[in-house]
Amino acid sequence: MLKLLPLLTVLAMLGPVIAGLWGTVLPAFGHLPAAGLLGPTLDPFRALLHWPGVTEASRLSVVTGLGATILSLGIVAVFMAGWSGTRTFRLFERLLSPVLSVPHAAAAFGLAFLIAPSGWIARLASPGLTGWDRPPDLLILQDPGGLALIAGLVVKEVPFLLLMSLVALGQAQPKQSLLVAQSLGYRRSTGWLKTVFPRIYRQIRLPVFVVLAYSMSVVDVALILGPTTPPTLSVQIVNWMGDPDLAMRLTGAAAALWQFALVLLALGLWWLGERLVARAGRAWIAAGSRGRGEGALRGAALVLGAVSALSVLVGLISLAVWSVAGFWSFPDIFPQGWSARTWARHGPPALQTMGETFVVAGAAMALALLLVLGCLESEHRSGRRLTHRGLWLLYLPLLVPQTAFLPGLQTLLLSIGADTGRAPVIFAHLVFVLPYVFLSLGDPWRAWDRRYATVAHALGATPWRVFCQVRLPTLLRPILTATAVGLAVSVGQYLPTLLIGGGRVSTLTTEAVALASGGDRRAIGVYGLMQTLAALIPFALALLLPTLLWRNRRGLHG
Amino acid sequence: MKYLALLAALALPGPALANPDPADWDAVLTEADGQTVFWNAWGGSTTTNDFIAWVGERVAQDYGVTLEHVKLTDTADAVTRVLSERQAGENEDGAIDLIWINGANFAAMKEADLLFGPFAEHLPNWALVDTDGKTVQTDFTVPVEGYEAPWAMAQVVFMYDTADVPESLTSMPALLDWARANPGRFTYPQPPDFLGATFLKQALVDLLEDPSVLQDPVSEETYSGVTGPLWAFLDELTPLLWREGRAYPASGPAQLQLMADDEIDLAISFSPGEATAAIANFQLPETVRTFVLEKGTIGNASFVAIPYNSGSKAGAMVVANFLMSPEAQARAQDPEVLGYGTVLDMDALTAEDRATFDALDLGVATLSPEDLGAVQAEPHPSWMTRITNDWVDRYGSGP
Repeated sequence: MLKLLPLLTVLAMLGPVIAGLWGTVLPAFGHLPAAGLLGPTLDPFRALLHWPGVTEASRLSVVTGLGATILSLGIVAVFMAGWSGTRTFRLFERLLSPVLSVPHAAAAFGLAFLIAPSGWIARLASPGLTGWDRPPDLLILQDPGGLALIAGLVVKEVPFLLLMSLVALGQAQPKQSLLVAQSLGYRRSTGWLKTVFPRIYRQIRLPVFVVLAYSMSVVDVALILGPTTPPTLSVQIVNWMGDPDLAMRLTGAAAALWQFALVLLALGLWWLGERLVARAGRAWIAAGSRGRGEGALRGAALVLGAVSALSVLVGLISLAVWSVAGFWSFPDIFPQGWSARTWARHGPPALQTMGETFVVAGAAMALALLLVLGCLESEHRSGRRLTHRGLWLLYLPLLVPQTAFLPGLQTLLLSIGADTGRAPVIFAHLVFVLPYVFLSLGDPWRAWDRRYATVAHALGATPWRVFCQVRLPTLLRPILTATAVGLAVSVGQYLPTLLIGGGRVSTLTTEAVALASGGDRRAIGVYGLMQTLAALIPFALALLLPTLLWRNRRGLHG
Repeated sequence: MKYLALLAALALPGPALANPDPADWDAVLTEADGQTVFWNAWGGSTTTNDFIAWVGERVAQDYGVTLEHVKLTDTADAVTRVLSERQAGENEDGAIDLIWINGANFAAMKEADLLFGPFAEHLPNWALVDTDGKTVQTDFTVPVEGYEAPWAMAQVVFMYDTADVPESLTSMPALLDWARANPGRFTYPQPPDFLGATFLKQALVDLLEDPSVLQDPVSEETYSGVTGPLWAFLDELTPLLWREGRAYPASGPAQLQLMADDEIDLAISFSPGEATAAIANFQLPETVRTFVLEKGTIGNASFVAIPYNSGSKAGAMVVANFLMSPEAQARAQDPEVLGYGTVLDMDALTAEDRATFDALDLGVATLSPEDLGAVQAEPHPSWMTRITNDWVDRYGSGP
């Protein structure tokens, strides 16, 4: 049974992706028997090319994806180079978990209100500094260049990449390298970038690819911050998939394949860029410059890191203020009055939706934990480690754009009549929850001191007893952390819930994004906060529970 | 013989047998008790969502019907859903029991035989509906024939902030003049949003000498001639819009936020009472008022329809009937709640019910029925589809 679990895990993770892609390929070539359409034909691709927005939408997809990834990685690199190991850095580490658990949509709402021409920053400076008694007519949000969208992605991807880098840092022996570099006269940032960063980058390469693929095809953030004339390719795919005219569904499928091709193209470009940067980097290292402009770089790194973290946190505060605001116009910094009405009105239904959100997240998480623990235990007993190729397999569902396979999966599920209700949504969430749980639990699991097991075996315990009574309790903290990660991933899912749930399953994320089209900031405030809470509570519990349970077992606080 | 009848019954369990008969209302009520109705309605307006939640409480109390609001971002999603279900052979218990619908979506569903009915004119409260004075038997020129039940009347009004716009505007050319003097202070929801498309139709109706040509379906010969003035108008207006027409609000309520933020001074609405309701909810400044154009503005009715494959048709009819009740209609007209126009004939009501309506304070920003003036007919749905598509190609797809 245990031996079957790895196979089951791969099936649960890749089955829906492959099935969904198949369900996309067929209609993309005009084959949709349910609608009486038989392919193959290239008409859907012709229709896609005929859409006047195709060039612009494709450009947006590539530019926002590459832009967000380069910026996020750049900020993480210079920030770690300048500050890792300092007290400032530890402060940021403490902020990491809360910022990381803020769902993308909530962070985007908060950011939107901060940077809009009528937003908080403009209000702070108006009319005193700017002379604006009316908001200026500036295209900051939804700009056709996608800059607001890039910003919205960067503030969420920086903490993600920072976390991944911190994990990698543990294996890179940064202190020794930096010490040697500094003793050779290198300044801090330069030394770090030359000696530590190359090793860290090798470890976080796959997460960087995930960020690239995700940023290129994100839907919820693009709906909130992205341009609309035309929208990004992914938003347009979702529009086509929802059109009553079935021919549009074919165009949508063709566009989904095109989106997939664009992601592959961008990954290829990135791969080329890696080669170029590596060559230039080697020359830079060999040149032996000890670093100039160090102070400016460190300062800029700190400002960038702080702005990125603060815009999420202050954005959340603005959501909280809106949720209790009376009338609030430009250029007032705070509302004219306060009112509990929004909470009285939206609180109860939001709480109910939170219940549904946790049911879905809990079920997906329970399944994921069962599969992952099974895989890891099977790996432990058979002595076979996860290979590099296996790691790619884990990342695959995160690298295929959601818009490429979810619409196809929806069509397939519909044609076998299994489309409504919670169960399919839970399995769709599982696809995304599994890799994250696996990745966050894998390392602590393998790092566990096997001598405990040997001792237990010597005392006559069966493998299962060792698993249940020794391994699980000692690894309680990482297991709970992985659970919190998995729950947060599930809470934040928009497209799988929307498409696979067919509107019947509503979570805090789908409700919040639906409200975004109505622009009622008070209601968005309530749902955005509840959404953040839903992701944050598990993290808090993961921190608190081991301390409470093992308060008399100091060695288990790990 | 008995066996034969049984065999026949087993062999022919056609969907027609399972459908409730709206003419036998007691049977409908019995069947509805305990059913769950999934009402797919646009979910972008918090006031509407609250009203639907209230309807849910009331039908649960009185009829034992559980109402679930499925919040759509676009009604077309629901149409797609029913279509896909039919293709997948789901003819018995589809995901949707009731849809808030009108116009092109209704025309498409009726044409494709995706609707249950006729039922609307058999509902008990139909007797109270004003069939003479209000356009409840045609929907965008398409005959309704009992396939959808009306529940609210809507008419285009413009909301304007009197702090910035001294007096109301009388026509679309006057709006263009005002925009020239005040660039960046007006916008409309981005088509294909329903209200955005309505702005385009309203502009066309107002710009044409004789809008009656819009009552017939689009014909290829006349299309470019008829819509020429509209595109000329928009070509001039677009660079004068908020953000120079390079970004648009996503929906009607998103305009309210822009007005509250003082980013725009003028916005279109399809609900004469919306401004008053929004002021009460802190969503608009207290200085906002409404106006209609001199030649009148477009009006229509909102309906609910039942998909042919709903598994809770009886429950859905009970909800549709409740929506037409004086109690629900008076609540919908209350500007503190929704501010929607009623579909009922005041003369058909009991004195007590009429008094409820008379007691309603329509609010500071709501025009009285007389001030709302003449109602212009909705064009045939093919115009909306065609104009919207052309708008997206011209203005919604980048440079």
